Amino acid sequence: MSGQSAAVSRKQSVVASPTTQVLSWGRYPKIAHQHIHKPAWNDQVPEILRAAAPGSLLPYGLGRSYGDSCLNAGRELIDCRRLNRILGFDESTGMVRCESGVSFSDIIKVFLPKGWFVPVTPGTRFVTVGGAIANDVHGKNHHRAGTFGAHVRQIGLHRSNDGLVACSANENADMLQATIGGLGLTGVIAWADIQLKRVAGPWIDAETVPFHSLEAFLDLSRESNDRFEYSVAWLDCFASTNLRGIFFRGNHASKTLANNRNQFKAKRGPKLPFAMPAWMLNRHSIRAFNSAYYQIHARRTGTSLVPYDKFFYPLDSIRQWNLLYGKQGFLQYQCVIPEGNVEAVKELIGRMARSGMGSFLGVLKQFGSAPAAGMLSFPRPGITLALDFAMRGERTLKLMQSLDDVVQQSGGALYPAKDARMSPALFEASFPRWRSFVPYIDPKMSSSFWRRVTGGRG
Amino acid sequence: MMTITAHPTTTQPDSTGAHSVMKKVVILGATSGIALEVQRQLAHRGCELLLVARSPHRLAELQADLMIRGALRVEILSADLANIQQHTAIFDFAQRSFVGFDTVLLSYGSMHSQRDSETSVDTLLEELHVNFVSATALLTWFAYDLERRRTGCLAVITSVAGDRGRRSNYVYGSAKGALSLFVQGLRSRLHPAGVQVITIKPGPVQTSMTDHLQNAASFADPQRVASDIVQALERRSPEVLYTPKIWRYIMTAVEHIPEAIFKRMSF
Repeated sequence: MSGQSAAVSRKQSVVASPTTQVLSWGRYPKIAHQHIHKPAWNDQVPEILRAAAPGSLLPYGLGRSYGDSCLNAGRELIDCRRLNRILGFDESTGMVRCESGVSFSDIIKVFLPKGWFVPVTPGTRFVTVGGAIANDVHGKNHHRAGTFGAHVRQIGLHRSNDGLVACSANENADMLQATIGGLGLTGVIAWADIQLKRVAGPWIDAETVPFHSLEAFLDLSRESNDRFEYSVAWLDCFASTNLRGIFFRGNHASKTLANNRNQFKAKRGPKLPFAMPAWMLNRHSIRAFNSAYYQIHARRTGTSLVPYDKFFYPLDSIRQWNLLYGKQGFLQYQCVIPEGNVEAVKELIGRMARSGMGSFLGVLKQFGSAPAAGMLSFPRPGITLALDFAMRGERTLKLMQSLDDVVQQSGGALYPAKDARMSPALFEASFPRWRSFVPYIDPKMSSSFWRRVTGGRG
Repeated sequence: MMTITAHPTTTQPDSTGAHSVMKKVVILGATSGIALEVQRQLAHRGCELLLVARSPHRLAELQADLMIRGALRVEILSADLANIQQHTAIFDFAQRSFVGFDTVLLSYGSMHSQRDSETSVDTLLEELHVNFVSATALLTWFAYDLERRRTGCLAVITSVAGDRGRRSNYVYGSAKGALSLFVQGLRSRLHPAGVQVITIKPGPVQTSMTDHLQNAASFADPQRVASDIVQALERRSPEVLYTPKIWRYIMTAVEHIPEAIFKRMSF
């Protein structure tokens, strides 16, 4: 073929292995990856695992982890979002079998009209089933239902060395426990059987109660645990000396209203089009936001019937809200402080308030005493506090280190799904049994987070 | 252990589909990236579907998924659409097991790297065969049937790549362009019989077929493209659908670039 070499030498639109930047929800750290696999079918996964170098892969879902636990710097990701089929559903029991890339949003869309809801949900519905298992996510009903992992009955797990392995309480139970909260390191989840929860309809009987001290928050929590399935509190991060917040609690309403499909649909709001300029977020604007948020909700005190998306997913109504924090991104800080150590929680709030780097979203929740579903599950009895901080370099990291000291002294723990910077020492303190998890790691899997917190000892 | 059931509430057509004439849809190429999303939206509307693709295993997964998502019925047929010898059997199955289908969507295709098609005549011919020759052969069966029944809609996914021969993908483009011409003629032929023929010209879409291309991240979301397609199937209009819509304007501009300049452009 004449002219062939000329054609070949020209710039082609095809490239072998592009270096791709994938960001987690916090948009920090900014990490480049060697290659992103995008299997569309479960039958393609074994070949991806087989062909990979040891420690080179990590499954990736909707990227709602905040830090680097869903990233794999300089290596490869398996984007599981196209593995999004629902493979079976038992109408009489509410047991659903789905692939790992199915999102909570999708599950709700399909099953809420049939009277079923996700058993446990985080504050966004844009997470995959695989990600929810890998991080053993919790929600506003932790005191009643435990973590998401507690509702996973069986999984099919692609392992690079022994194929597709079924794991349940009866079979490979230890591998199931390792995979729940296992940060994607035990293999690629092919499918999972999830026990959905019966509900009457898309409505929540919600109640809003302002509070003015940590003790009042704890009283509200204790009082609510028996009567309310869901509870969570928002904290004004600037009212340091006279702490204040809003306590939200609710139950699924018995009202059905199932004649119109639109009532099951989550509302889609505006979308932040690009990263906001960093100067827009400063102590004054954040203080003003916190104050306004408090005033608005304090005025609406009382009970009301609200749609599920407004109750569970207020932030989902602003798409890409993470761009609010500007180009440098932001860091989440979620810790749990053991039961009874109220002083430590106060100290954390105080240190943050004094720093002037307050956060939009201070969230408080009292965890229940359900036994951990996974080997590396984060929730444990105590108070969990979640804060976010715009990334402003060294001074942000310094503040978080000073919070670390409080957490570690109190015998608490940090949540890997939110973390981009905890030290190996704090990880060890948070998860003292992590070494017993190591044998379950798939030899082809690794992550930026894992390499960082184990310092290569994993 | 699992049972697959269609819930009664999901099989009722919703407000958008209440007056639709689209009830029974044949999908030729059910495992293609765009078809996957189209099928979901059709299932949500409570349609009946016949899915044709190669892998029986993947078809079975799709069948389960689409039934749970609200399809009234899902038939599957494992066949190699590019193999013309199998076309009789495909058409027979549709006639026998999917009586009275009203919509046919041809959604399969192949995209080798342009470079392979330049350096291997076998690859070139295969690209032309899959995207053009086999597609026209298969369409002939279904066109004949709909024409005879004087009803229905035939929709074919071609590509904006077929609107002008470009350096970077003229082999794929010429096959899809030829298919667009064929479908255009078919539209005119079936018009007197009241059969609507729709040419669907997607711009680049994020699917498995295009993952290897540069800038794949900037390509259109398949869900959005599928919404446009489903809307066109429902309304049986327009004759030629560009999706996302902006591609109609882009291609109008591209077609007006003089050849002397166009030949120097590397895209």
